[in-house]
Formats: sequence, structure tokens, C-alpha cells
Amino acid sequence: MKILVPVKRVIDYNVKVRVKGDGTGVDLANVKMSMNPFDEVALEEAIRLKEAEQADEVIAVSIGVQKAQETLRTALALGADRGILVVAADDVHNDIEPLAVARILKAIVDEEQPNLVLAGKQAIDNDMNATGQMLAALLGWSQATFASELSVKDEHAVVTREVDGGLQTIRVKLPTIVTVDLRLNEPRYASLPNIIKAKRKPLEERTAADMNIDVDPRLEILSTTEPATRTAGIRVNSVDELVEKLKETGAL
Amino acid sequence: MAVLLLAEITNGELSLDATAKAVSASRELGEITVLAVGAECADAASQAAAIENVTKVLCAEDSLYGKRLAEPTSMLIASLAQDYDHIVAPATTDAKNIMPRVAALLDAMVISDVSAVIDHETFERLIYAGNAVQTVKSRDAKKVITFRTSTFDAAGSGGRATVEDIAVSDNPQLSEWVEDKLASSDRPELTSAGIVVSGGRGIGSEENFALVEKLADKLGAAVGASRAAVDSGYAPNDWQVGQTGKVVAPDLYIAIGISGAIQHLAGMKDSKTIVAINKDEEAPIFQVADFGLVADLFQAIPELTDKLD
Ligand SMILES: Cc1cc2nc3c(=O)[nH]c(=O)nc-3n(C[C@H](O)[C@H](O)[C@H](O)COP(=O)(O)OP(=O)(O)OC[C@H]3O[C@@H](n4cnc5c(N)ncnc54)[C@H](O)[C@@H]3O)c2cc1C
Repeated sequence: MKILVPVKRVIDYNVKVRVKGDGTGVDLANVKMSMNPFDEVALEEAIRLKEAEQADEVIAVSIGVQKAQETLRTALALGADRGILVVAADDVHNDIEPLAVARILKAIVDEEQPNLVLAGKQAIDNDMNATGQMLAALLGWSQATFASELSVKDEHAVVTREVDGGLQTIRVKLPTIVTVDLRLNEPRYASLPNIIKAKRKPLEERTAADMNIDVDPRLEILSTTEPATRTAGIRVNSVDELVEKLKETGAL
Repeated sequence: MAVLLLAEITNGELSLDATAKAVSASRELGEITVLAVGAECADAASQAAAIENVTKVLCAEDSLYGKRLAEPTSMLIASLAQDYDHIVAPATTDAKNIMPRVAALLDAMVISDVSAVIDHETFERLIYAGNAVQTVKSRDAKKVITFRTSTFDAAGSGGRATVEDIAVSDNPQLSEWVEDKLASSDRPELTSAGIVVSGGRGIGSEENFALVEKLADKLGAAVGASRAAVDSGYAPNDWQVGQTGKVVAPDLYIAIGISGAIQHLAGMKDSKTIVAINKDEEAPIFQVADFGLVADLFQAIPELTDKLD
């Protein structure tokens, strides 16, 4: 079984996000970038399936700026066998929409013929939660989103999904797309020898233009602004004072 | 302009709150047709017909839709799309599963988790865990949208829409339902409760979480949790509040033993009044709290629960 894992280079989740004063976006120049945390979980699951000898190859794909190559090197250091970089933007501020990403991934799936695509359920930058579902639609494949448990048997995957009311388990036909939630596993760290070894693993590079895929956004961004901020209120010194204040302000 | 709105239905039961909030979000977009989908959905359909501003309800009843699996449900919605300019739903996990698939079938970019409608093609949404607000204008012929329910008031009742049964589409036979593990509770729902009491890692164990629940029950509140509390097994996944959990905006949110990571704030910072109880006076949660109490929760919570008699 071949597994494809899309990995996105995003602002590190620990970095404080700053909105640019001119309203054109979030400042990404000179900030720490990392692999989207949900994609780390997807990749970890793929590697575990390979270690359990249920998969023979794990291919990581990243779509974005040239520098996404670093994210792919990380994926290779973690255990992916090879990487495919699709350069689709010159400027890191130019986020490629999930629909365009899904179209690029579809072209790669058509070539590589994986049985399973394991993707993060959302990217922590645009918070769209869409790429996996869109790719499934374009391919006409089954989908299992928000996975917190996964097992693959013969021609099916059984997936437990985190839903509003609790958990739902479904069985989907392979080939399939599973999007993962954070509780599926705890990703490993890359060891130094593996980081060095990763430098020799194959990393193919192409561009969206070469693939003839239009990545023009469908959603024109008119502005990006700071959300309304809350200011800290007061400190109360006791439970009694808390109850009193809550009653005074009508909150209770 | 015409809107097709996917009603939130679980096992035949309409979630009136989520559906009515999506109706009020869509009010300016055009005439609203609600789509009720389920193995049984006649009751849900007639309930949806009574929501103010709904003109028509379409009812697609078939065992195929019992668990609203994404593949058949999105096929059905796409097959109805030609008559509508906007295809919308409340941003529940169910709709987040289905709507991007619908959008891709219609060659449109889904607009997820919209928090404000500017006009029929311009919308606001939060990005970066709520750290920035983006205004986007869709160039797509059909707009596929999910609405963040916490920012819209529910539409009222008193509507008298007509209900029409519609033909179902084929079964693509790609997926099947195995089982649900859904919690049933007498407490109000997290996303519509007036008061939410949430516990974090500071609670320390599943047993100790009873302290949070007792306080919540005293207040008639829903119970929430941080991701750390859920990951540690103190609380079930459906209680998680935050970037990857539920987004809530109750009148009163009480955060206990929660540090206030940005990913947690993303799910609760629009609450009207925020109370934080934490033993660390430097905890970032205090920066968004209206009332902060620096205290050991094991003393403060029982005391607070007692004093609410
Ligand atoms: C991609 C991503 C998505 C995420 N999504 C979410 C999400 O949706 N929701 C979410 O909540 N988190 C989310 N997180 C996790 C988030 O970053 C934090 O790790 C998490 O919110 C911390 O939970 P906590 O505040 O309970 O735990 P901690 O940060 O460990 O805080 C525990 C707090 O309890 C206090 N405390 C301990 N003992 C006591 C006591 N006896 N009395 C009083 N106070 C006490 C401590 O002072 C501390 O402030 C996400 C993270 C990532 C990377």
C-alpha cells in the first residue's frame, strides 16, 4: 500500500501572530515556520502503518513556496520515503486555497495511485478545514474526516471520527482520504542521524504552472484586520467577592 | 437570489438552535429553502418550516441519509444546486464534513466558518485561531458557506413554510456507518448554553472533574474542557472548546485550571463575561478575564458551588 501525505508549511503554532498595519495580511517575514501540527499527526500515522508493514511507501507532498522544501526535509527525516514539492507561489504571504491544493493533489494522486491519502483536518493558518474533503470530491473517493482512530484492513479503512456529539465510527472503501485530528497519535521527533539521512532521500520539484493548474484564488482577500481585543478586567480577592461582582453585573 | 440551507439533523432530530442561527445569518442573502436530510426527517422538516424567514423546506428521507455520510449527502446537495446562488449550513462537524465536498463538486471554494455577512458575495471569517479577521469576496458563481453559529442569534419562530418531499439520489456505496458513541446529557448544549463552566489540566483527574460538573449543574450550565483535559482523559472529546473544538460565546464562561493558550481562547473569547480561576497569577487567561481569582481550584470550586445556593 502506498500512502500520500500532504504537509503544509505554516507559522509555528507557538508564534504570536501579528496582523500587518496596512491590512494586507499577517506578517510572515522572519517568523518561525513549521509543519502544520495536524499534518505531523497524519505523517506519524502513515509512518506507523509502514512500520507495521501495512504500507510500503510514504510520499510527502508540499504545495506552496520554494521554502516548503524544508518542511519536506522534515517529513523525510521523520520517515517519509520521498518528497514532492509543488511550487505554486513566490511569496509566503500568498496562501494557496484548498480548492487549488486539492486540484494539484488530484494530479499527483492520478500519477502515483496511492491507496490512502492521510491529511491534517485543517491548517492552523487559514483554518479552512477543507482540502481533504475537496480532494475526495474531485477523485470521487470516500472520505473519513476528523479521525481519532484508524485501522486499515483489506479493502477498507475503519475510522473513528470526532463529531459534535461524541464519536462516530465508519467503514470506508479504499482508496480513501482520511483527515486526522490531534488525538490520533503523538508524533515523534526527528533524530539527528535521520535528519542527516533525509538529505539523501529523493525530493522531486515541480511547479503548478508546469502541471497546468490554475491556482488563482476564488476568494479575493479585501482586508485582514485585528479582531476586537478584550481588556483584562479586575482581580477579585475571594470567592465571596467574585459572587458579589457577578451578581452586581447581572452575569448571575 | 436563493439560498439552500442544510438543516442540522442528528438521528432524525433537528438541532433548532444551529439551524435557526444559520437562517438568521442567511437572511440578507435571499429566499431561504431548508433542506432536511435523514432516514427520518418529516418531524425535523416540519419543525424547520416554523423558523421565521424560511420559505420552503425540502425533505429527503431515505435510510441512505440516516447518518448523513458525506458522499451521498453531498451528491444530493450538488444535484439540487442549480436553483440556488448560496448553499449554506451551520458550521457543525457534520457540515464541515459535507460542505467542502459539495463546493468541490460545484467547482467552488468553500467559505468556512463565516462570522459576518457583508453582502451577497463578501464575508468575514477568522483565521489564525481567531488572531486575524479576513474579509473575502467570492468570485464563484455559487457560494458554498458554513456559518460560525456563536456569532449569530437564532431566527425566531412563527414561520409557515411549505414542506415538499424530494427524490433521493443514488448511493455511491463508498462508505458505511458502523457505530455512534454519542453522550446523552441533561445539561444544556455547549454551543447554545447561557453559561459554560470549563476545566483544564489543572483539574488533575477524571474524578476531580466532578467538581467542575457539580458547579455547572448548580448554575444550569454546560460543561467544557481544554484540549489538555480531553487529551489527558479527564473529559470527553465533545467538551473541547477551542480552535479544534467548539466555539462558544455564552453570557458567562468560567475557566478553571486553564492557562489560556491562544488555541483555547479561539473558542471562547467572544463570551460576554469571562471568569478565570487559576493559581498562577501570570496565567494568560487573566488577560481576557473580566473577573480573575488567583486561588487553588480545589478550595475555590467547592466554596463557589456552596455559595451559589
Ligand atoms: C494545532 C493545535 C490546536 C489546538 N487546539 C486546542 C483547542 O481547540 N482547545 C484547547 O483548549 N487547546 C488547544 N490546543 C492546546 C493548547 O495549545 C494548550 O496546550 C491547551 O489549551 C492547554 O490546556 P490547559 O490550559 O488545560 O493546560 P495547561 O496549559 O497545562 O494549564 C493548566 C493550568 O491550570 C492551572 N492549575 C494547575 N493546578 C491548579 C490548581 N490546583 N488550582 C488552580 N489552577 C491550577 C495552572 O496554573 C495552569 O495555568 C491546541 C494546540 C495545537 C498545537
